[in-house]
Amino acid sequence: METVEIDATGISTEDLNERLMALMLDGTEKFVLKNVCGQRYIGTRLYSKNGNKPRVDIDITGTPGSDLGAFMSGHRVRVHGNVQDGVGNTMDDGEIVVEGRAGDVLGMSMRGGKIFIRDNTGYRTALHMKEYLDKKPVLVIGGTTQDFLGEYMAGGIVILLGLGELPHNQTFIGTGMHGGVIYIRGKVDKLQVAGQVDISEPGVEDRKLLDKFVGEFIESFPDLGLNKEEILKGDFIKLAPKSKRPYAKMYA
Amino acid sequence: MPRIRRELYNKEICACSIFGAMNRDGERFTGKGVMKAIANMHVRGNGLGGGFAAYGIYPEYKDYYAFHLMFTGNSPEAKRSAKIGFDAFLCENFDVVSDDEIPHSDEVVVSDPPLIWRYYVLPRKQGEEALLSDEDYIVKMVMHVNTKIENAHVFSSGKNMGCFKGVGYPEDIGEYFMLDKLYSAYTWTVHGRFPTNTQAWWGGAHPFSLLNTTVVHNGEISSYGTNRWYLEMYGYACTLQTDTEVIAYAVDLLMRRQSIPIEIVAKILAPPIWNSIDRMDEKEKKLLTTLRMVYGSLLMNGPFAIIIGQTGKMIGLTDRIRLRPITAATRGEMFYLSSEEASIRLISPVLDSVWTPNGGEPVVGELNNMRTVL
Repeated sequence: METVEIDATGISTEDLNERLMALMLDGTEKFVLKNVCGQRYIGTRLYSKNGNKPRVDIDITGTPGSDLGAFMSGHRVRVHGNVQDGVGNTMDDGEIVVEGRAGDVLGMSMRGGKIFIRDNTGYRTALHMKEYLDKKPVLVIGGTTQDFLGEYMAGGIVILLGLGELPHNQTFIGTGMHGGVIYIRGKVDKLQVAGQVDISEPGVEDRKLLDKFVGEFIESFPDLGLNKEEILKGDFIKLAPKSKRPYAKMYA
Repeated sequence: MPRIRRELYNKEICACSIFGAMNRDGERFTGKGVMKAIANMHVRGNGLGGGFAAYGIYPEYKDYYAFHLMFTGNSPEAKRSAKIGFDAFLCENFDVVSDDEIPHSDEVVVSDPPLIWRYYVLPRKQGEEALLSDEDYIVKMVMHVNTKIENAHVFSSGKNMGCFKGVGYPEDIGEYFMLDKLYSAYTWTVHGRFPTNTQAWWGGAHPFSLLNTTVVHNGEISSYGTNRWYLEMYGYACTLQTDTEVIAYAVDLLMRRQSIPIEIVAKILAPPIWNSIDRMDEKEKKLLTTLRMVYGSLLMNGPFAIIIGQTGKMIGLTDRIRLRPITAATRGEMFYLSSEEASIRLISPVLDSVWTPNGGEPVVGELNNMRTVL
């Protein structure tokens, strides 16, 4: 497997992404990007026009800019550090692992693939995340989020682990939610959750999903030494929309 | 086939960028770092505005008000004539201790720079004006100049601080005024601009300031009209054609004239929505309801992230549902605020803590000892 290391110091967003594209088309399968500092859209333009779907690994040290992995189609990204806003924006497929925290609108309109965030995330996490048939995005967050988690959410799976027994203080959870599911480990008051969202205990099928994706989260961060059974033992709640068409009556 | 770039590809898609750096021990540093940090967010602006506020830059004149003036006009003669008109007014109402043209570098190409002059002054109050505090007198005079004297604009009027701003990318404006070489400050705030609704001109660039308060802003104040009418009742004239101006005057009114602490001011500018107020305990509910009734016209509606600079203080605040980003960080005595974390990491790769404040909740950096700068 051919690996290329790039020192991103002083390289513009445009030049960096052009280089990744050219190298990928030349057969590079793994990129190691050092000193990334604010360059946007990493992973976005990596597509091939001849119909086959290339898959590359991108290992990032530094702080990548906003919209990391936007529209990304199938690549795997690992960031040794924090990420900014809009990570996984309309992402189609692939995986993003962040050894740190994420900013606002993480996974906005995401329609496939997986994102694992070690720490906390900002406002509007999973804003309008969606799913269709077998395309079902998964987002697992080690800590918790700020307000408007799952706003206008239309599909996909979001899991908040609340590791370190962090309290979940965010409000307006699931405002406008009409699809998908959010699992939260820990306590959330009814007043923190929007009226159109149903709060329940996870059932057998839900437990299977949690087992699978918590397992994948733990595998993504081997250094943390997490114990799956310990985590799954905790209390989880399930948030799902009461109706898939919350505004149907309004326009009937 | 190589890709052909069409016009659309180069379309400027941007936002504003804001950045602030403060040394809480009061140690001063040049503008070099903040210029580097704001340049890293180049794509957020579009070259139509950039500016800086710097605190602690005039220690040798710290007892005097430092006025920064822009004289605009279509020709050098028009600019000089605006200055003559202003000078006559200034000599009647102030004792001028010293004045000079603010140095700039001719190597930096900027578009249509005004004549930019600096005066260190003391108020000379006459008659009934003796009843005004020095600061109220300054505000009155600044408003007079900005509304009545053609082509003259006071864009900085505090003590031991100053604003530098213009049309261009912020890093270019920084080089134009040689902020990396000529000035050392314990707090710098910076702005790269995308003018939301208004034309770009030198006076319309951020920061907006009055006395020692400065504001840089990312977002749009859709309540501008209401805020403006309210502030006019208190003698503030909005003349700079940009929404952010109202925040600077609101902060002056609330914090200086009415001595309201920032924690309460944040609840006036960015109050929790009624839904949230309903859930509070009786005491808090009463406070928040009262604030919304008394100061309803100072509610800043619309998305915003701002950095407020004051003597010895740097404050970050976003609208109540954080529709614009801000990241805060610390490293030792350094306190940073930025639209993007990468810009902080660029000048301070290792940080003690980094977080995103909740919407409507101010983050405040304060000098450990105010006496170091007074």
